[in-house]
Amino acid sequence: MVRRPLLEFEKPLVELEDQIEQIRQLAKDSEVDVSQQLLQLETLAARRREEIFNSLTPAQKIQVARHPQRPSTLDYIQVITDEWFELHGDRRGSDDQALVGGIGRIGDRGVVLIGHQKGRDTKENVARNFGMASPGGYRKALRLMEHADRFRLPILCFIDTPGAYAGVLAEEQGQGEAIAVNLREMFSLRVPVIATVIGEGGSGGALGIGVADRLLMFEHSVYTVASPEACASILWRDAAKAPAAAAALRITANDLLQLGVIDAVLSEPSGGNHWAPLQAAETLQAALLQQLQDLGELSEAELLEQRYAKFRRMGRILDPEATEFSPNP
Amino acid sequence: MSLFDWFADRRKVNPVVRATQEVEDGDGLWSKCPECGLVVYRKDLIANASVCSGCSHHHRIDSEARIRVIADEGSFSPINSALAPTDPLAFKDRRSYADRLRDTQQSTGLRDAVVTGHCRLEGLPLSLGVMDFRFMGGSMGSVVGEKLTRLVEEATALRQPLMIVCASGGARMQEGMLSLMQMAKISGALQRHRQQELLYIPLLTHPTTGGVTASFAMLGDLILAEPKALIGFAGRRVIEQTLREKLPEGFQTAEYLQEHGFVDLIVPRTRLRSTLASLLRLHGVSAPVAA
Ligand SMILES: [Zn+2]
Repeated sequence: MVRRPLLEFEKPLVELEDQIEQIRQLAKDSEVDVSQQLLQLETLAARRREEIFNSLTPAQKIQVARHPQRPSTLDYIQVITDEWFELHGDRRGSDDQALVGGIGRIGDRGVVLIGHQKGRDTKENVARNFGMASPGGYRKALRLMEHADRFRLPILCFIDTPGAYAGVLAEEQGQGEAIAVNLREMFSLRVPVIATVIGEGGSGGALGIGVADRLLMFEHSVYTVASPEACASILWRDAAKAPAAAAALRITANDLLQLGVIDAVLSEPSGGNHWAPLQAAETLQAALLQQLQDLGELSEAELLEQRYAKFRRMGRILDPEATEFSPNP
Repeated sequence: MSLFDWFADRRKVNPVVRATQEVEDGDGLWSKCPECGLVVYRKDLIANASVCSGCSHHHRIDSEARIRVIADEGSFSPINSALAPTDPLAFKDRRSYADRLRDTQQSTGLRDAVVTGHCRLEGLPLSLGVMDFRFMGGSMGSVVGEKLTRLVEEATALRQPLMIVCASGGARMQEGMLSLMQMAKISGALQRHRQQELLYIPLLTHPTTGGVTASFAMLGDLILAEPKALIGFAGRRVIEQTLREKLPEGFQTAEYLQEHGFVDLIVPRTRLRSTLASLLRLHGVSAPVAA
């Protein structure tokens, strides 16, 4: 069996697993009944895993969110759709591999699915540019969203990027403009838009497909205004302070639920989504179907108004003139 | 309330007198151009919109000076000037965000990094937002987002053209994801302004980067920029690290962006008012008939 890459805090679990495996081997050879011991150890392992993953620090959650075996956009799409066609190109000369999209069926509905795509290994990651989309990726995404709008297909977005690509060509092709136009145009889509942060949500590159009626987030996913590494080197003048920055920035699903940035947290299997990808996909599918049904009951006008109002409320300010007259924002 | 009253009012709130930083300091009466070394009488420099008469270097100017350059004298009436930032994350790096805010408010006399309001320009109506780089690098947090959103909404309700003068390092990290979401919020308001077929013109000044570039800076019907302004999405150092090579000549300048199709006009500050007035008239904006 190929062992998955281990995170530092997962190591105690693996020691337990090794012990369990050794006892199994011994039992095979000696005919001693060890079922009682095995059961004890397995229970212990499960409990330890639960404990560890229930108390991850923000910096540890980043490691889980970036885990090379965490299910990716295409992994989820393959499980949650019954039919799926990946569609290609921005019609302006590029087909970004870091931001993929297409059309598929979930439950009994046709939907457009769009998401950042990372690779599993170095070779794949080079082809996918580590999930960092170029302007062409955002323009492809917009093209697909406009297609969805014309044919009244709900849109499902999957966010999983360290950030939009920072490079000379990306600047020349208008990285800022590409993201900006998506932010604006997503407010005009007449179909439900549901975005889920499945891994890491890196700043503007994540938001570029993230203006949604519902924003969901897996339990160990993170969503950041700037990477903790960058934040640490700017504000602390020390990149090694990234864990402190990760904590200060409030990047976890629970933090963002409290801040009113996201709408719901999807729980992960014990040990994180990479321990039980199918279970994670089931959770995701159930949540998406539920949201699709809820949003499907709104008229187009209600949908547009509620999407605007949702983002309109975001932020915390002191408004001395407003407190007496209006409760919001 | 006139602009003068407004600034007087603001001084009452923050009585600390600030040093003028927009022009490289000499002894106060004279200033020296950092580009060509020309020493001029400060009053003359300000009369020339803080553009060096020797080399056309555009000195950085604050929101107050910017409004003076754009608006008809005394025509600017600010809105939402009482909105103030909070510290939603109780953020602390080497210093606490609350302390930084207090100090910056005292030294600038501003509550946050943008001034918004309505004005006239050669008699034409204009809704105007001006970012102020002195306030934490013009970074965009909840207040910048809220004030700009309200400005855009008012411009839409008044059926007025809109200008936002950008000067920003991007989203304000100290307010975390709430800052990022302001990009979406403002863009949503701009979508409604646009839907009403109203004119929006951002002016990109030095520097315009990060989350501002990836939202309202790039959403203009027409996009104007000041000569040689730094404009970009990603930071130069980040790109250099990714590439491990030198950046091209003039990379991320206003001229470079124009060459690549992302800026319509590069307008010297001394011609900003007249250019803007012409553009407004060409788009059918007219002065309201006096009642
Ligand atoms: Zn000069």
